[in-house]
Amino acid sequence: MTKFILRRMGISFLVLLGGSLLLFVLTINSGDPIEDLRESNADNRDYLIRQRTAYMGLDQPWYSRYWEWLTGAAKCVTLNCDLGTNRNGVEVTSLLGNAASSTLRLVVLATVLAIVIGITVGILTAIRQYSGFDYVVTFLAFLFFSLPVFWAAVLLKEYGAIRFNDWIVEPTFTPLQILVTAGLLGIAVQAVMGGDLKRRALTAGATLVFVGAVMYYFSAVEWFRRPAFGAVLILVVGVAAAVGITALLAGLKNRKVMWSALTTVGAGLAVYFAFLPVLREPTWLSLLAILALVVVLGAVSGWFWGGYSRRLAMGVSVAVGVVMAFLIVVDRAVAGWMGLLSLKSRPISTIGSQTPNFTGDFWESFLDKGVQIILPTIVLTLVSVASYTRYTRSSMLEVLEQDYVRTARSKGLSERVVIVKHAFRNALIPITTIVAFDFAGLIGGAIITEQVFGWKGMGELFQTGLKTVDPAPVMAFFLVTGTAAVLMNLAADLAYAGLDPRIRR
Amino acid sequence: MTDPNTPHRPEKVPTPAGGGINPETSMMEPATGTTTTTEQKSYSQNQLVLRRFLRHKGAMASMIVLVFVTILAISSIGVGPIPGWWDKDYTRAANVINGGSPTLSLFPFTLGEHPFGQDSTGKDYFALVMRGTQISLLIAFVVGLLSTVIGTIIGGLAGFYRGWVESVLMRLTDLVIVIPLLVLAAVLGKIAASWGVWGLALMLALVTWTGLARLVRGEVLSLREREFVASARAIGTGSRRIIFKHILPNTVGVIIVSATLSIASAILLETALSFLGFGVRPPDVSLGSLISQYQNAFTTRPWLFWWPGLFILAIALTVNFIGDGLRDAFDPRQNRNKD
Repeated sequence: MTKFILRRMGISFLVLLGGSLLLFVLTINSGDPIEDLRESNADNRDYLIRQRTAYMGLDQPWYSRYWEWLTGAAKCVTLNCDLGTNRNGVEVTSLLGNAASSTLRLVVLATVLAIVIGITVGILTAIRQYSGFDYVVTFLAFLFFSLPVFWAAVLLKEYGAIRFNDWIVEPTFTPLQILVTAGLLGIAVQAVMGGDLKRRALTAGATLVFVGAVMYYFSAVEWFRRPAFGAVLILVVGVAAAVGITALLAGLKNRKVMWSALTTVGAGLAVYFAFLPVLREPTWLSLLAILALVVVLGAVSGWFWGGYSRRLAMGVSVAVGVVMAFLIVVDRAVAGWMGLLSLKSRPISTIGSQTPNFTGDFWESFLDKGVQIILPTIVLTLVSVASYTRYTRSSMLEVLEQDYVRTARSKGLSERVVIVKHAFRNALIPITTIVAFDFAGLIGGAIITEQVFGWKGMGELFQTGLKTVDPAPVMAFFLVTGTAAVLMNLAADLAYAGLDPRIRR
Repeated sequence: MTDPNTPHRPEKVPTPAGGGINPETSMMEPATGTTTTTEQKSYSQNQLVLRRFLRHKGAMASMIVLVFVTILAISSIGVGPIPGWWDKDYTRAANVINGGSPTLSLFPFTLGEHPFGQDSTGKDYFALVMRGTQISLLIAFVVGLLSTVIGTIIGGLAGFYRGWVESVLMRLTDLVIVIPLLVLAAVLGKIAASWGVWGLALMLALVTWTGLARLVRGEVLSLREREFVASARAIGTGSRRIIFKHILPNTVGVIIVSATLSIASAILLETALSFLGFGVRPPDVSLGSLISQYQNAFTTRPWLFWWPGLFILAIALTVNFIGDGLRDAFDPRQNRNKD
């Protein structure tokens, strides 16, 4: 196994090296780097040309320029990168730091969301094949897949940001809005849940009433301006998550897992109250430590409750721990929302990854970055969700036709076990490849998204670099994306080994 | 969550074309065993594919829309020296009438003077969008065709000859894949800036063949181990004949489906590049460069933004649906129409 992975890494490294050479040569031959100076009428034109020649090494042959870049990039192994200077003499390494952090934040969030949503919806459509729900999702997937990203992004800017900002001034719903939203959700939920006519009507009705009541309440107390979450909601959602995850992965009959998951919810709440003062004004380090504590407590509770199903109990409890950590963050962020609104009356600005010169406490600047990332993430996620849904669906359908699934059904296993354990696990194997492969595509998509939303990310670095025939920023972009792609492939290989024991040998 | 009453398997149809023993059929009809079941008229493989495709409603509707868009784009403003039926030119500025708002109305259907409105200098936007559609369609089809040819040749050679040919070609494929598609396309698009539309199409084809090459290689790898290839080889058939008579016809489904889908991704790639400024350059227009040019006009003249986007969406969507229909038609396991 180690040998296999090392070999894969070695090949990826060589391919990366070749790719860098190819991209370097293509970039420096894509135009004239001093075209603008040749045509300029400035008095110190010759001086400017000499200066840029020195910065970019234009007086050297291409192979020595490439070699210089390569040796500089090789120093990254010792965390001492030297990616050269751009044509104005600015160190690219320092430019890259900020750009990479905002772009990777965007791309990683989009990937995670796309995986979760895409795979869930894909499985549901496979289970409900040829239902109304399946057709609607299929059509939407095709629509998103065919959507020009830049066009959708501009639309989202108009309807997601500007209209939302107008609305948040007086955040109320009209009765018609409530009725239409609740009705649509009711139809959607009953389509997913399925069943006979009576059950469907019941599901739709219950959803309609619930959503309508919640929306009416939110509207009445102006929740969207003065939101509150609180311990009670954490408890309710946490318990629901614990029961739901247990039901899905272990079955409600497995009491040991159930108790372990519920203990995790209790532990999460205890941590929340114990560290509330810290949570009000955390640093990234203390916040992450607290969240990690919740997850670790989950693992511990799984260990003690688990008994014969210790591994399963630990897995479920860790998942519940992650949910609890997420809920704690949500609670604190929601508490900071009023502060953000008082600092920024139009919360979602259409440009930039964060508000410049923003002065707020930890949660307010967290929210500021949070709302800025929403729209680009939606744009990026749509396309990936569409393809993951399709792939998961076809992969699941193929697995569900296999003999071992028939065997599992015929020996009387419940539908949950058949789908989660026998079918889903095997369906995941081909999806892993797609996801790893798609990551590079997402970074490419991020170039467009960043352009539309005015982020100063890696896309901008690449674009200006290419427009000015300046290889250093372009190559820095490639270094990050290439490394990320290789790492994703490595992760996919490890996931393979986890999913398919035959590879581990 | 799941309802035990609904069967989860698709209604599986015994496939007359597929060889071997079908477990479902052999269970139902223990006497026959193999699957030459139907007593009605029998069809050849190609006829079956065509019938399945023609019955795919989504694909057929898409086909009609795509043909309509293509004919509209070509006939309205004409091609080169041949004039079309639309009397306005996409390069000529004119007086802006009524703020340039569109005159198209559906009930009753009239085109009016400027159906899609006018831009800020009074150019007729319908003519501009039609020109953009022509260019984008042209690039998409050329890229789809060229990249399919390149991908098939490289994948086929690698899969058939194995050995060092395969290593070299597949490492070449990896090399192109490791650079994000949009990045490589942007660099090549910039190089091809002065070569016009055909140069851009050629460059885009040079970066989009990789997926198909891998697919074809995989297909060829499995086909060349099959019995019919072995027996062809045993009676002394040459490589060329094996490739063209035995292997390629069996990969044609994969290739056609992939070619269709690559047209859809080519149009999205080209418009994205033009949007970023690395694709089609002025004075030529493509649907992407139109959006890029007018994206800030959204609040004042939304039609300048809506039309090109809707045309991109329509073309990409219909092509994707046709590809899906073809996939269903070529892959009998996916098929749910009884025939």
